[in-house]
Amino acid sequence: MLRYALTRLLSLSLSLIAASVAIFAAIEVIPGDPAAYMLGLNAAPETVAVLRDELGLSGSVWARYLDWISGLATGDFGISYTYRVPVAELVAQRLAVSLPLAAYALALSTAIALPVGLWAAARRGRGADLGIMAATQLGIAVPNFWFAMLLVLVFAVKLRWVSAGGFPGWEAGLGPGLKALTLPAVALALPQAAILARVMRSALIETLGQDYIRSARAKGLSRAQALRRHAFRNALIPVLTILGLQFSFLLAGAIIIENVFFLPGLGRLIFQAITQRDLIVVESVVMLLVFAVILVTFLVDLAYAAVDPRLKRR
Amino acid sequence: MSARPNLIAGGVISGAVLTLAALSLVWVPHDVTALNIAERLRPPGGPYLLGTDQLGRDMLAMLMVGARSSIAVALVAVGIGMGAGVPLGLMAAATRGGWLDEIVMRMNDLIFAFPALVIAILITAILGPSALNAILAIGIFNIPVFARVTRGAALGLWTLDYIRAAELAGKGRARISTEHVLPNIANLLIVQATIQFSLGILAEAGLSYVGLGAQPPTPSWGRMLAEAQTMIYTAPRLAILPGLAIVLTVLGLNLLGDGLRDALDPRLRRAAR
Repeated sequence: MLRYALTRLLSLSLSLIAASVAIFAAIEVIPGDPAAYMLGLNAAPETVAVLRDELGLSGSVWARYLDWISGLATGDFGISYTYRVPVAELVAQRLAVSLPLAAYALALSTAIALPVGLWAAARRGRGADLGIMAATQLGIAVPNFWFAMLLVLVFAVKLRWVSAGGFPGWEAGLGPGLKALTLPAVALALPQAAILARVMRSALIETLGQDYIRSARAKGLSRAQALRRHAFRNALIPVLTILGLQFSFLLAGAIIIENVFFLPGLGRLIFQAITQRDLIVVESVVMLLVFAVILVTFLVDLAYAAVDPRLKRR
Repeated sequence: MSARPNLIAGGVISGAVLTLAALSLVWVPHDVTALNIAERLRPPGGPYLLGTDQLGRDMLAMLMVGARSSIAVALVAVGIGMGAGVPLGLMAAATRGGWLDEIVMRMNDLIFAFPALVIAILITAILGPSALNAILAIGIFNIPVFARVTRGAALGLWTLDYIRAAELAGKGRARISTEHVLPNIANLLIVQATIQFSLGILAEAGLSYVGLGAQPPTPSWGRMLAEAQTMIYTAPRLAILPGLAIVLTVLGLNLLGDGLRDALDPRLRRAAR
């Protein structure tokens, strides 16, 4: 297990280095000088030079890359060009909204999808199964931000159960915070749950055709028991793969959904940063998102080994 | 047996959307660039089949032209993904286990860590927002998908006797890849292209919704939704119609993909998600 984990960890580090080089290079090719941009057209060249030093923009490309990357490693993301506060501070505030939102949605989607998939697989070919499959087909086709708008229309505009958006902040307490995130999380979770339920169902049906399930049935287990005790665990590998992939979709989705509900998350930060050409913020947030995706891939790889011990020996 | 309804329903829906989009090139019910404040927020009916928006533009015409942008972006993005991904996948499979295979697969893993939205954010930061960004971002995102599918399917073929025979006959790997491997995985690629096409429509909608796609005055479904958001209390119809157009198109393409998969290759049916 340790060797398996170490190889995966090595591959994680290499991916991170490659990704950071790619992001840095992409931002590096952008023409224009952020310092000149910030100070406006009439700034004296000397003032611009001082600001360039302050922002860490002078020096060779390599020196700047190493500066940036070592900063990231120690939590120093640099200073935002427009807000004039440490990027780490900005990002931390916004992450406190985006991360709980993505996690909330992931939990919801898993909690809905796994039982539904299991239920559909157990009733394969019957009315309930066909109904669920039709519903998931529809769920896959619905853009989550449009679904979010429909939820606002129904629950905020027509029924007036919740406010149409905004976030009171965690200082207001856990309850109000979660309440503000519930509609966005549902909007994110349901389309994802449709995909996950389909994967769960087909993985279960695949395993139900295996010989060991027939043996389990032959020794007297009911269909439902065989499903729960033997098929479920074996069906988890494809489900884990999709869960890992979904996390990156959820993060990206969270960034878009935040716009529907006016949530002060990473999404709002990055879109503002793009329009204001606050490149250091763009660079850091993109790196953070990519880091999250790579980290989740790594965790999924470890989870594979926990679910299927055969993989450890590879 | 169950393949037919999917194929027919998917074909009809996709065909209808494509026809409306193509029709918009030569004819639309009303000009989408002309603003007509006097006719703003007209309910459906009369000269405006689906009503007008907050600037007096005909919703049906906007949806038709929007279909064109969505389809163009998704189609070119699939083209980029296939054009780069398929040759890479074929090469990786032909040199399986070699350094080329390793490089292609690691590059794939790397691109996989960049969701299309993140690529779009980076490109927009560099080039500014435009429909081209959406095409590039979704296209780049498609490359590893096609490379992976191609490699996986091609690897299985390389162990088969007729490929070994071609090798023994002295054909090079590149020639075998194009003459024997590619035709045999074409079905799979067509099905994958349909799936990526529908994902592309969804992605384009999302990108143009947050302002990273087509720019005004070009109508796009995503931007229509973004503009409708402020009107949701007074004219919910403006937010409902473009969403329905997206759902219908994506649903049609997904059904078409499922139907094609079942019709083209019954062996794939079991592996279907």
